[in-house]
Amino acid sequence: MKSEIENEMKLEFVSKSANEAFARITVAAFASQLDPTIEELADIKTAVSEAVTNCIIHGYDKKQGIVKIFARLTENEIILEISDKGKGIENVDIAKEPLYTTKPNLERSGMGFTIMESFMDRVDVESVVGLGTKVTMSKVIKNKMENEETDDEFEMITKE
Amino acid sequence: MESKFYEKDKLLIFKITDEIDDFSVQKIRRRADYEIERYMPKKVVFDFNCVTFMDSAGIGLIIGRYKFVKMLGGTVALANLTNSIKKIFEMSGILRLIPITDLKVS
Repeated sequence: MKSEIENEMKLEFVSKSANEAFARITVAAFASQLDPTIEELADIKTAVSEAVTNCIIHGYDKKQGIVKIFARLTENEIILEISDKGKGIENVDIAKEPLYTTKPNLERSGMGFTIMESFMDRVDVESVVGLGTKVTMSKVIKNKMENEETDDEFEMITKE
Repeated sequence: MESKFYEKDKLLIFKITDEIDDFSVQKIRRRADYEIERYMPKKVVFDFNCVTFMDSAGIGLIIGRYKFVKMLGGTVALANLTNSIKKIFEMSGILRLIPITDLKVS
């Protein structure tokens, strides 16, 4: 099936951790128009969660602000812009390094950008100190060749 | 999250039932640390069977508990990882420290 889909949506919400689930579920619902596999959808949700967490934890650093998501669908690709007007990143290259974190005492793993980069096809970060950060990422949804994935039914045995 | 302690083996099992992100992890962490301190287990297993979503907050959660349990003389293992959760743990390298174990639970 090769129907032309072009669609856009915008989402704005207050920078509270409680909104992370709302953000990723909303984007996933929007992305589902491209008929992604369960795994592709999980990848998008995870990448959104990482980007939104960064806005809340690092961009606004507990202060209240607005996180914006702009999502666009083309025929076979989702393009996401996730931005904040927070404090910005001094050195984006260092921030993107695996395990780099400015908040190790809070059990931050420093894997956010690494996960975004491996789960999405492209990730660009624009940041200006004092003005904010915008992460643009995209993922091609491959033509679904075959079978819907069915949920595995695990045998569950109670252990006493 | 549900937990169960097996006195005989000093085994403490946490069955996580929430999505794991920066928000939910705070509650999970508090509860886990409380129970670890209370039971002083030899082995702690985190069961991911009911976890439908996890982002990098899960890595911090497990590394943090690993350090805490190790300090008290115990070990940590993970069970029932889905593919996407396993992918995230693999990326972080923590599976070199923390083994995956078989766990059949209800």
